[in-house]
Amino acid sequence: MPHSVASEDSPASHKDDEVLPDAPNAAEKNGDDVAEKATAGVKLEDMFNDEDDDDDEFPTSSTPVETKTQPTDAPGPPPVQVDTETMLAFYHRLFPFRYLFQWLNHGIVPSPDFGNREFALTLQNDAYLRYQSYSTADLFRKDILKMNPARFEIGPVYNRNPRDRKTLGAGQLKPLAKELVFDIDLTDYDDIRTCCTKANICEKCWAFVTMAIKVVDAALRQDFGFEHILWVYSGRRGAHAWVCDPRARNLPDDRRRAVANYLDLVRGGTQSGKRVNLKRPLHPHMNRSLEILKPYFAQTTLVDQDTFEGSEQAQRLLSLLPDKGLNESLRKKWESAPDRSSTNKWADIDALAKTRNSSTLNPAELRHAKQDIVLEYTYPRLDSEVSKKMIHLLKSPFVIHPGTGRVCVPIDMRSVDQFDPLSVPNVTQLLSEIDSWDAEHPRNGTTEGPDAEGSVPNDSDARGSRKLQDYEKTSLKPYIDYFRSFIAGLLKEERNGKRERNDDVPEVKTESMEF
Amino acid sequence: MIRQEFHRIDPKRRANLDYKKQQFATPVFKQQDYPHRLNFYDTPPTAEITLEQFEQWAIDRLKILAEIEACSYRNKTAAETTTHITPLIQKFLPLSANTSSRTGAADPRLKNERQKDHYSHFILRLAFSATEDLRRRFARAETMLFRFRFQADDSRERRAFIESLNLDWEPVSDEERRELAEHLVAATPGLRRSDEESWYKVDWEKVPELVERRVVFLSRGKAYVPEREQLSMIVAEFTTRIERALELTSRAVPRLDEDDRLSPILNHLSKNFGSAESVYTEGEGVVDGAPITASSVDHLSQHFPLCMRNLHTTLRKNNHLKHYGRLQYTLFLKGIGLSLEECIMFWRQSFKGFTDDEFNSRYKYNIRHVYGDVGGDVNRRGRGYPPYSCQKILNDSNPGVGQTHGCPYRHFSVDNLIGLLQTTGVHDKDLLRGVREDVEKTRYHIACNRVFEWAHKADIKRVKEDGSASEIDLDTIVHPNTYFKRSYLLKQGRNSQRNA
Repeated sequence: MPHSVASEDSPASHKDDEVLPDAPNAAEKNGDDVAEKATAGVKLEDMFNDEDDDDDEFPTSSTPVETKTQPTDAPGPPPVQVDTETMLAFYHRLFPFRYLFQWLNHGIVPSPDFGNREFALTLQNDAYLRYQSYSTADLFRKDILKMNPARFEIGPVYNRNPRDRKTLGAGQLKPLAKELVFDIDLTDYDDIRTCCTKANICEKCWAFVTMAIKVVDAALRQDFGFEHILWVYSGRRGAHAWVCDPRARNLPDDRRRAVANYLDLVRGGTQSGKRVNLKRPLHPHMNRSLEILKPYFAQTTLVDQDTFEGSEQAQRLLSLLPDKGLNESLRKKWESAPDRSSTNKWADIDALAKTRNSSTLNPAELRHAKQDIVLEYTYPRLDSEVSKKMIHLLKSPFVIHPGTGRVCVPIDMRSVDQFDPLSVPNVTQLLSEIDSWDAEHPRNGTTEGPDAEGSVPNDSDARGSRKLQDYEKTSLKPYIDYFRSFIAGLLKEERNGKRERNDDVPEVKTESMEF
Repeated sequence: MIRQEFHRIDPKRRANLDYKKQQFATPVFKQQDYPHRLNFYDTPPTAEITLEQFEQWAIDRLKILAEIEACSYRNKTAAETTTHITPLIQKFLPLSANTSSRTGAADPRLKNERQKDHYSHFILRLAFSATEDLRRRFARAETMLFRFRFQADDSRERRAFIESLNLDWEPVSDEERRELAEHLVAATPGLRRSDEESWYKVDWEKVPELVERRVVFLSRGKAYVPEREQLSMIVAEFTTRIERALELTSRAVPRLDEDDRLSPILNHLSKNFGSAESVYTEGEGVVDGAPITASSVDHLSQHFPLCMRNLHTTLRKNNHLKHYGRLQYTLFLKGIGLSLEECIMFWRQSFKGFTDDEFNSRYKYNIRHVYGDVGGDVNRRGRGYPPYSCQKILNDSNPGVGQTHGCPYRHFSVDNLIGLLQTTGVHDKDLLRGVREDVEKTRYHIACNRVFEWAHKADIKRVKEDGSASEIDLDTIVHPNTYFKRSYLLKQGRNSQRNA
């Protein structure tokens, strides 16, 4: 029997009865956890760090909007309210618990890598439960189904089970490992994107994320030698990277800070003037990034965004150029032709520079300034605080973004250019896809009935002829398949690398107790 | 009875004589002969020293570390620090090179110096392992001391010392160097040709400092480090080892089989170190009797230093501040004596465009946390955090896109800084030129104090003349709350004079 939200079938309401009464209890039971979410040992700076990027979706009353030529000040996309039933059905039938387990567990046999991993659940009533942990995939699934969280986040692996933190003395619970993570959010691009603001996105500004992903991915692979990098769409207007190499997971905070700062370029607030001032010759990382970004600058910044069309932005462009005389003549030229496009304005810089008496103008200086500008307008803007701390929590892949209903799907690096955030499946669509698939294939779909076991992958294997799993009936399939192949690659390395690392451990332990 | 009395051992000596413990108490005494001037402090000392030496050596070393730390708080450059601490080191903790004596490392004078260095380091380790904060500061100060000595060391001895460490650095072959020549030169500032240097290949994790500043070539997880950057690698190695050792010490200290001779000394030592940072004592910025409420902040903001004024005007303009801006500003407001209730009211009123629910769920908790009203035991007992000092604002925070916290003198471009100053009514040409120079020389304090002195010229003159200057001391301001207090008091003085 189909099992979607739209239909008001009895199974759905039955499930309703079963779970909902639990929710308030659960919240009550964990009430102290909620109140305590920020206690002992967690510094104020570390709390709510994501608050500024994730919660700014409610614009302040007088937004400091800079020259938006065609301001689309629509107050964000209409919030898609994902109701609790839909959410539960999604966890029930589609969420890849087993793969998420394998990914974090780095193996099939449950290990502390998973068991001591912190999860933080945001419940439907906005309560926030930190320090949850699960020893196996099944318990994990069970609890998520019970709590039915609006979303959940993944934290570090601790030295002890984070659930036991109250029985441990202060400072006894220490984070040991977490994937090195990066967060790109389009709100940080608000001063250079003209098409949308705040929580809105469109294909045009998604290009900023695409180029950011390429630059960061290239640096992580070529410079730092990481291989297992999972990019995940954050559900609304950004992307996360999870670097899963063992070497990355074990980095202490100061090394994370080093990576974050290595990648961080556009610094300084709105008042800092020219924000990119690189030394020459350019560092190889910058050189490579520049090569990646140049075509995007030509297309996205100059054409799609037409960034320098407005006079204020053009003024800012001039302020970044080194030669006063050149600026003056450019200003005159642009004032006389106010509709001149960004591409033309950009070309004007070189054209006018050539005609000018070259005694005052240093061509190298101009070229460097232009490079700096390209970088300032295209280089990835990372929320680097997220990367610097091991204990920082980040939203799990495959959860639903509560605002859009879209699934936080992994992005395949091989086809990152084709990734379209607006066509990422959303939860209601997925559930109806199951229904329509089941309708077309009545034998397969209804013999078993939509019981809870149906979506537990292990069980289906046990039953002679393989029954399709629910996700395989939907457009979520390619994403989960990609995730599986990613995990397979990671597990392979884990198996090979395990012995080496085990050998390392005693070396640390045998350090004598000196003081 | 009498015989028993006779055999009774002085409790303090018992451990030494108890035959049951003897088998555990025979450590392998590794004789330290200190062949090198520098020391990685890997082997703990085992010889006997007197209690007086124990205390005196530790105090001497502490003096040096405290000075080094103070220099870094005052934002002194490396050269200034060197000139400042060289005479102190000569006096309290001399450490001479092998070449300074004809007999080399065998000279007893050198040996004594090195022994003192070695022992005092380990004594302080005991004293500073107790809390996370102390450990971090100790490791930092020790690292600075090490770096200072390492740079001052003569090159031959330095090489011998490095060789003795057995670090695994893989030399880059000539062939590979030629292949990567272009990248190596591009990545390493101040280098023209790659064959000027010999290069080493190390895991990038060993040179985080270079990676962070993007001054080293990285490929596939390896950093290509020129020989002259050895310093950075050695120092990183030194820090990691010290941090790890301190961690171990902290676990061992509670089980220390200790009598009551050492503990008081150690406690005393760690307390002394604590005073270096706390330039600001609690309640220092509070002006008695001043009416400080949510509604008076607008009026009072004329007394705020530029960083806080900037936050205030941004807040008024946008009706919102980002997290670190809120944090910096809330702490400051707490420091000037705004009560928690008033502070919550202040933010509630400032964040127009938010409903009460949004405000309560998203922002209120943080404000209460800052005041120590919620949060862990430690936070509550300490009544939240102390307001940020200039030091903290200058060093810790580097505002990103859209963020407004930090110090305008440091984090604004000069032109924007001058613009901001002009909007606050500072137009004096000479003054602005002075500020420009200060900022170029990275003397941000001086710039800020310069503006303060200019803005309160008349008042400062007045208090100097009528002798009330002693009440309002006129040292360099190194804390935003001091800025406020002083500005406020000077103004009050003028008003009361006028009334009289």
